[in-house]
Amino acid sequence: MSLFELHYEVPGDDFTRAGEASGDVKAHLKKLGFDPATIRNVVIALYEAEINMVIHAGGGTIDVSVDPECIKMELIDHGPGIADISLAMQEGYSTAPDNVRALGFGAGMGLPNIKKYTDEMIIESEVGVGTVIKLRVDVKE
Amino acid sequence: MKVSEIKDILEAEVICGENALDRDVYTACGSDMMSDVLAYVKEQAVLLSGLMNPQVVRTAEMMDMQCIVFVRGKKPDESIIELAKERDIVLLSTKYPMFASCGMLYEKGLRGGAIK
Repeated sequence: MSLFELHYEVPGDDFTRAGEASGDVKAHLKKLGFDPATIRNVVIALYEAEINMVIHAGGGTIDVSVDPECIKMELIDHGPGIADISLAMQEGYSTAPDNVRALGFGAGMGLPNIKKYTDEMIIESEVGVGTVIKLRVDVKE
Repeated sequence: MKVSEIKDILEAEVICGENALDRDVYTACGSDMMSDVLAYVKEQAVLLSGLMNPQVVRTAEMMDMQCIVFVRGKKPDESIIELAKERDIVLLSTKYPMFASCGMLYEKGLRGGAIK
């Protein structure tokens, strides 16, 4: 049983609201007294993943479990899935449409950024079924 | 560098956060690509951007950034201003374009941060 658990339903039709869940997680972690570096690693990774979920998958769910040693996140969507995960991991590779680029995302940095900021990243994806991303950030101090 | 100095150097208008101009910023990042911003680690940074949507504020929020400068005379709409107020982020608007704005701040000693 974790110290603290959070659950979010991420709407897929409103890009302006993307990031609300990540912002809320940040506020909770701050209140719980986690150090700023750990909080930043968690929320940057989660924010990129949340944006991905809105851009590519029509929304989904986010579950966060908070422990003194680590923060785990699980993002589940029922979007189109990722055909080639290793290709999606390459910096600069993107399938985002132009309208997403105009919003400041879709540069092919999402998954590489998530990997950089987390201690573990597991992607399970099936084309036509959806994607599950599991992330873990270890507490630094 | 204080936010108030950034305001003076860029002859910027304060959109919100008038009472937080004495904050210190140590680094700067200029980009319209939010994922590029998220790829950089910066403590107490200022973000310069020409992008005009709430994700600019959210990106700054995730990065613990103190201040956003909108370049090329762009003015954010109410939803962006409200979000910045809630998140305690100073918004400035300068008439100078991105390249000139970055150059003016660099000339006065502000630098970029390290890459994660």
